[in-house]
This record gives sequence, C-alpha cells and structure tokens, in this order.
Amino acid sequence: MSLIPAHIQETVAMLAMFEDRAERIQALISIGERFSAPDPAKHSKPYDENHRVPGCESQVFVWGEQRGKEWYFEFAVENPQGLSAMTMAVILQDGLNGLQSDKIQHVPEDIVYEIFGRELSMGKSMGLMNMLQVCKRISQG
Amino acid sequence: MKAIDERGYVHAEKLVSTDWVAARLEDGSIRLVESNEDPLVYPSGHIPGAVEIDWIRDLNDPIRRDYLDGKKFAELVSRLGITQETTIVFYGDKNNWWATYALWVFALFGFENTKIMDGGSLKWQKEGRPTTREIPTYAPTSVNISERSDAEHRAFRDEVLSHLKKSGQLVDVRSPQEFSGERTHMEGYPNEGALRGGHIPGAISVPWAKAISPETGEFLAAEDLKALYASLSQDEETVVYCRIGERSSHTWFVLKYLLGRDNVRNYDGSWTEWGNLVGVPIER
Repeated sequence: MSLIPAHIQETVAMLAMFEDRAERIQALISIGERFSAPDPAKHSKPYDENHRVPGCESQVFVWGEQRGKEWYFEFAVENPQGLSAMTMAVILQDGLNGLQSDKIQHVPEDIVYEIFGRELSMGKSMGLMNMLQVCKRISQG
Repeated sequence: MKAIDERGYVHAEKLVSTDWVAARLEDGSIRLVESNEDPLVYPSGHIPGAVEIDWIRDLNDPIRRDYLDGKKFAELVSRLGITQETTIVFYGDKNNWWATYALWVFALFGFENTKIMDGGSLKWQKEGRPTTREIPTYAPTSVNISERSDAEHRAFRDEVLSHLKKSGQLVDVRSPQEFSGERTHMEGYPNEGALRGGHIPGAISVPWAKAISPETGEFLAAEDLKALYASLSQDEETVVYCRIGERSSHTWFVLKYLLGRDNVRNYDGSWTEWGNLVGVPIER
C-alpha cells in the first residue's frame, strides 16, 4: 500500500500523463495559481523566524494547527518569484491537511522529484523538500 | 541607484537598465534571453519577445561534467534566432545569478556582444512592466561556431594549482560558512557538497551577493565594488570560484566588465571539485 496521501498520488499521476515538458510546467503553474497567502489576522508580518523553512530561498514560512488529531498547514511565500514553492505549498495543503501525524511522517521527501521532475536544480529541490520536512517536524509535536 | 553610465564602470556597455530594454522591445537586432533557477518563472510570464535558456538542459553536457560543445551551441543559438551580430541581453531570477552564468558560457564561444539587464526579472516585475506567457519563435539562424575556447575565461584544477603555487589571486564567492569550512555546501544544497570544507589557500572571501544592492537587485557603483575587492591587485591574474561555478560567474562579470580586470577566469570545477580532490591543499 502506498504511503503517499491519495491527493498527492492523484497529482503525481496527473502530472505523469504529460509527455510534453511545457505542458507539465503549465500544469504546475496552474496548481501554483491557487496559492493564497495566510490570513494576516492569524499570521502577521514580520513572520516569526521559527516558522521559516530552512534552506529555502523563496522565503517560505509554515504554520501547523492541530484540530483534534488532524493537522492543517498554512504557508507564506515571500519571494514573488518563488513559483515552485507556491505550487509545492498548494500540493502539500491539498495532500496533508486533515491527515494525522503518522500519515504525514510517511510521505517521502523525494516526492518533490515526482512532482517537479529531475531537472530541478539541487538548490530548488532541497528547498521544496524542506517544506515537507518542516510539516513533518511540526506534526511530530 | 545612479544611472548605469554614472556608476563609473569600465565597461558600462555590458549592463543595461530595464528602461533601456523597455525602449527596445521591438528591436530585431536584440535578443532577450531569460535564464532562471526556477523552471516555472519563465513560462509564468517573461518580457515580451524573450526566449529562455535553461542552465541544465541547454548549457550543460548531459553526460560528462562540461558545457555543451560547438555543435550543440550552434543548434542552441540557431533555435533562438541568434547570430554573432545579435545583441544578446541576459536577465533572470536570483539577481541575475543564472543570467551571468549563461553570459559566461556564451563568452566561451566568443560571443561578446552580450549584456545583462540590471536588477533582473524581479526589478522588471516590481516596476509593473509588461510580461507575457507567449513563447516567441524566431527563424532559425545559420551560424558558424568554432569549438569552445576555454582558455581566456575558464580555469581548470591543474591551472588553479599552478596559480596557487605562484601565490596568485583567488576569490572565494561562497558564504562565509562555506569559506571557513563550517559548512561544506550552501544551506539547502547538501548534495552538491564536498568531502572537505574550507577554501583554497590564499583565497579572499567576498560573497557574490555583496556586489548587489539588496533593495533593488542592481549592481553597486564602481567605487563600492572597488572597495569590496580592494585587496586584489588590479593587474594580476585572478581566479574566482564558488561551488559549481555559477555564483562565481556573477563575480567574474563584475571583475571583468564592471571593474575592467582583464585577467579574470572562473574556476567552474569550484569547491565540488577542489573539496573532493585527493592531496590538494586546503585552508580553514
């Protein structure tokens, strides 16, 4: 049985259907266009550095909230050119929100390559992996 | 920031402003080339008429650690509608980090009619200038390209070793943590690390981003740049390096064109090579 949450699996399967790189990138951009910044009433700037994703040059911040046993995440992407980070944030929110910690811990970091492909630079891929890692750390409590 | 021609650069013609570009969007003798780290940036919106060069797919050999050869480069410039007469203006994300890298690779093939758009794509975006998702196509060109000539702009490890033995000038443009050996890779880039940390003996530490205004992403004026590199002799040969040669291409651009140093080469093997070599000297 796959350890990857169903919604992320669906996204990966959808992206795998594109044989043309340009079409795949357009699909990723479309996902990223659903990104919305966190409610300023809940998270105001300047954001607490404790919520910063390390090693992510897109200046990403993550907050996790536990409701019962389920976790819900919010992301801020401060670099307006951090488009891959925005896409990753949407995918993580779609895939992880509502899950319990044990399920979140099992999501492999290399899912980033399934989503964005192997042509992503090392720096970019590590920043995106760190977004998932921070969600895991937060939900570990 | 002052206007580019008031900043005291030796080769001010290598740098153009967003105004300059905006006034020439219809100029067929100019090709705008966007080069980014994030592959989603160009397709999401670029300067009208700009083509994209991807630093991984377009500039690197897919198998060996090297740049593309003359045949592949000829195919690339043909596809982009570029000839030796074309004025090529590079720009991109991350304060033109990848744009200067692309310009440096073009220099290896003798393309010197190249420029950088000061401030990169973020400045263009912040100024509310037009962007499009339309991918332009240009008539393929037929260009005679000779094989890459590395000697003038590129340094190899044995040359760096000889340079070191002569106490030659070296500039390490990585972060202070990488320079000191506290970290063997840039934060967030662990797989591009090395077995040993530190720097090439005698190198001075001048992180690449110090050459840029953090507010606007534009290059600092010549006086400020000179102060950054004050410990370097103007006439002596200088080798710059970072981790894989991309950040140092930015510093190479500054030293060679903005400050007019003739003998500057980029050691693209950089720390991922030096920090893994057996028996070479390392300083911490």
